[in-house]
Amino acid sequence: MPDASPLTLDSVSVLLVWTAIAIYALAFIAYAVDLARRGAVAVDAKDAAAKIARERELVAAGGAGGGSRVGIIEQMRAQETASEEALNAPVGKRARLVWARIGTSLTVLGFLFHLGGDVTRGIAAGRVPWSNMYEFALTGTLLIVAVYLGVLFRYDLRFLGTFITGLVVVLLGGTAIWFYTDIVPLMDPLKSVWLVIHVFVASLATALFALAFGLSVLQLMQARRETRIAALAKAEGGASGTAKTGPGFLKTLPSAEALESLAYRFAILGFIFWTFTLIAGSIWANDAWGRYWGFDTKEVWTFVIWVLYAGYIHARATRGWRGSRSAWLSIIGFTAVIFNFTIVNMFFKGLHAYSGLN
Amino acid sequence: MTDDVTDPLRPSDHADSPAPDASTGGAAGGGALGVVGWLRWGWRQLTSMRTALVLLLLLAIAAVPGSLVPQRSADPNGVRQYFVDNADLAPVLDKLSLFDVYTSPWFSAIYILLFVSLVGCVIPRTKHHYKAMRAQPPRTPARLARLDAHRSEILEFQDDTDAAAAAATAIEAAQQQLRKAGYRVARYDGATSLSVSAERGYLRETGNLVFHAALVGVLLAVGIGGGFTYTGQTVIIEGRTWVNTMLDYTSFNPGRFVDEDALQPYALTLDEFSLSYVTPGAKGAGQAGDFVAHLTTQFPDADAEAGEVRVNHPLQIAGDKVYLMGNGYAPTITIRNSDGDVVFSESVPFLPQDNNMTSQGVVKVPDGLREQVGLVGFFYPTAQELTNGAYTSVYGDLEYPMLTFWVYAGDLGIDGGVPKSVYTLDPSEMTQLAGGDSGTDSLELKPGDTVDLPDGLGTITFENETPEAAGFQDSVKRYVSLSIHRDAAATWVLVFAVLATAGLLAALFVPRRRMWVKATRQGHTVHLEYAGLARGEDPALDGALEQFAQRHLASLADPAPAGEPPTKPESTPDVD
Ligand code: HEM
Repeated sequence: MPDASPLTLDSVSVLLVWTAIAIYALAFIAYAVDLARRGAVAVDAKDAAAKIARERELVAAGGAGGGSRVGIIEQMRAQETASEEALNAPVGKRARLVWARIGTSLTVLGFLFHLGGDVTRGIAAGRVPWSNMYEFALTGTLLIVAVYLGVLFRYDLRFLGTFITGLVVVLLGGTAIWFYTDIVPLMDPLKSVWLVIHVFVASLATALFALAFGLSVLQLMQARRETRIAALAKAEGGASGTAKTGPGFLKTLPSAEALESLAYRFAILGFIFWTFTLIAGSIWANDAWGRYWGFDTKEVWTFVIWVLYAGYIHARATRGWRGSRSAWLSIIGFTAVIFNFTIVNMFFKGLHAYSGLN
Repeated sequence: MTDDVTDPLRPSDHADSPAPDASTGGAAGGGALGVVGWLRWGWRQLTSMRTALVLLLLLAIAAVPGSLVPQRSADPNGVRQYFVDNADLAPVLDKLSLFDVYTSPWFSAIYILLFVSLVGCVIPRTKHHYKAMRAQPPRTPARLARLDAHRSEILEFQDDTDAAAAAATAIEAAQQQLRKAGYRVARYDGATSLSVSAERGYLRETGNLVFHAALVGVLLAVGIGGGFTYTGQTVIIEGRTWVNTMLDYTSFNPGRFVDEDALQPYALTLDEFSLSYVTPGAKGAGQAGDFVAHLTTQFPDADAEAGEVRVNHPLQIAGDKVYLMGNGYAPTITIRNSDGDVVFSESVPFLPQDNNMTSQGVVKVPDGLREQVGLVGFFYPTAQELTNGAYTSVYGDLEYPMLTFWVYAGDLGIDGGVPKSVYTLDPSEMTQLAGGDSGTDSLELKPGDTVDLPDGLGTITFENETPEAAGFQDSVKRYVSLSIHRDAAATWVLVFAVLATAGLLAALFVPRRRMWVKATRQGHTVHLEYAGLARGEDPALDGALEQFAQRHLASLADPAPAGEPPTKPESTPDVD
């Protein structure tokens, strides 16, 4: 914690950051309520769909059918088609999910405080606010939220809200508690334009990988649900059973395949930025340390992550690997990103000793 | 549908390739394979998607240990320390090359296999792609409604001739518009239906091939360029001159093809090393920065020039780059024997041990004294006494400099001809005369002080470089350690890396798609169909088709073409 006594710009920054954390925590709760309620909404929708289908069936069979059961596979497909449309719906035409709206509003509010905290920190320090671990986490989480909010304009990804706000609360909270560092002048190696570029691009890549990760996790859950439903359909001959097939909100999400292709889109964007991070880092290392590559711990991990995502991209194009297996690679890749940022920074020895922690 | 010539070639286990069936699966379809068969089978395995994937994952895993265990290349001192701390484990790890992970046989095996696989994969694909770029877009499929994106319109006309003319105009227009939009087009006309087939996005495959080939380029640049690369280290004390010859380097690592006798003849003189400190009281107090080595550079038969080396800003000279790697203090020490004759007078670089520049150095006096004498010194730029009587430095600048020595006499062990580090003293054949457990206090000197060596050996002086100045600010010389590099590879590596990135951008974001426009005439109506097919990831396909169809229809509605304007098109909603 900084000295509390005089109200310096930096202590204002800290205050803003804590406020942002609190608001994000509220957003997290709202989004969680939304997910919980989606299950119920889905049930209503299912009943409605069943009703329509029943009527259709009656019409088709000239009233003679009498069968009132809708195949659960068809039901699931119908839900998924609807969910995919909802995913791509323009901002004005989205489902009125009250709690999701509250969640998004709170996230925007939290983002504004967060942005304020980040900018005041930068002004207080007189440089870009990503020069030590505290500031990097501050800006990195800011970008995660920014990318999430930005993507919302294009896709209705509010079902990822719990994951994003949860992740940010944990990272930002942990950062504010454990990583706070006073503002000190930059060490010589950090005085470089590459600090501005390299670190910023790395944060951007991280944000995109985070979204891909969230989607890959959902993809796996959805794939499991789809398998279960398929099994159920086989067992019951297509009757809609009441057996549990997974968390209720999954019913309101697009198919595993659609989630996968969305995850892939974010992952390849992230991969491009990561490639750029790698190159920019090498150029900087060549200026600062006299070699562009030396398998320093941080370099090793940047490389490992790059190769993992290259593997993920390949897996998506390899028969037998597309689908759940490749999703695991996206998950492992993001785990490595987080590991690189936390554990490697804190405990591994190397030239990148700029965390500002002792 | 990967049998079209214009489709990129993919290994057989690619997700888009047709699944293997009994007739094409297996190596040679039963029976004896023979040597060639086996070789072909092995090659196919090696260049399969699955192998590439497994090798990539192996590469990622194999790289990790190098971040857990110190590496000789990045952290030689760490390795030495590891051997001390884990005497049992270290030799085992060493056998497994875990201190040289990135040059180890197993790591090399993985990436060499990966690159062999890559080359084996890329060459046939490049050939195929070369042909594909010259081929025509494929025939218009019979049933367009089955494709990923589809849309149709029915146009009505007064009579059959009008309809025929309109169909021809529509396809003609579609062909032109598609070509303008960057598609390669081909006409496939039948008796009643005219169609244009269009394909775009060959750049996607080109990008993919460029990317993979550029990776090979990076590897080759590193491998070959490394042979012409050297790095050398040296130390220059303020006021001294260093000459670019093998003699003057403290260490030198040449690549295989470097001619050590052909180094560029230039000299560097360190005029001054300047830096600044965060003042006490401020946040980050004592932190040093703004390091600048002010140099004079000199070529034979040329005027001297001023040069500077700063962190992040190496000095470029004669194709070399000079980097600032470290700095420290080099106290000037004069030792006289009991007769008062000078037997040693040098500025000795001391190695910094902490952030406040507590530094350690060694003085060896092989001749001129009664015995060989070695001194292990500690230098504190701003000394403060600890409660146990020892000193520590509390600030990096020269506020209250203090130099202390332990003194040893006996055999320095340097006569045997084995080179010894100037920074370490081996006291095993010596007796300690001062400091430590010797019973005599260690020697303590401030700049300008002269004290007696123990046992009446003589005297030692810590020279003050600016005796007439009021404070100690410039009382001790500083030195810089420089690293001099010639890197023949770096530029090429960068070129290939940029090429790879450009290729990657194209490979990932250029959509590859086909489009067809077909006009089928039936009496006085024309059935216009638009269809699109994604070849690879293409989220924008639907939008693109819709946009094209609208633009195309709008252009038809324009009165420009001959014949009657079509009556209001009736849109049939797409059931798909
Ligand atoms: C150094 C090792 C390799 C790396 C880092 C790497 C990386 C990548 C990346 C990032 C992509 C996605 C971009 C694109 O589509 O062009 C890709 C695609 C591809 N790679 Fe590699 N690759 C490597 C080795 C190989 C090998 C050995 C093969 C041959 C078996 C191969 C075959 C392919 C194919 C066919 C694609 C296109 C996938 C698709 O159709 O979407 N790659 N690779």
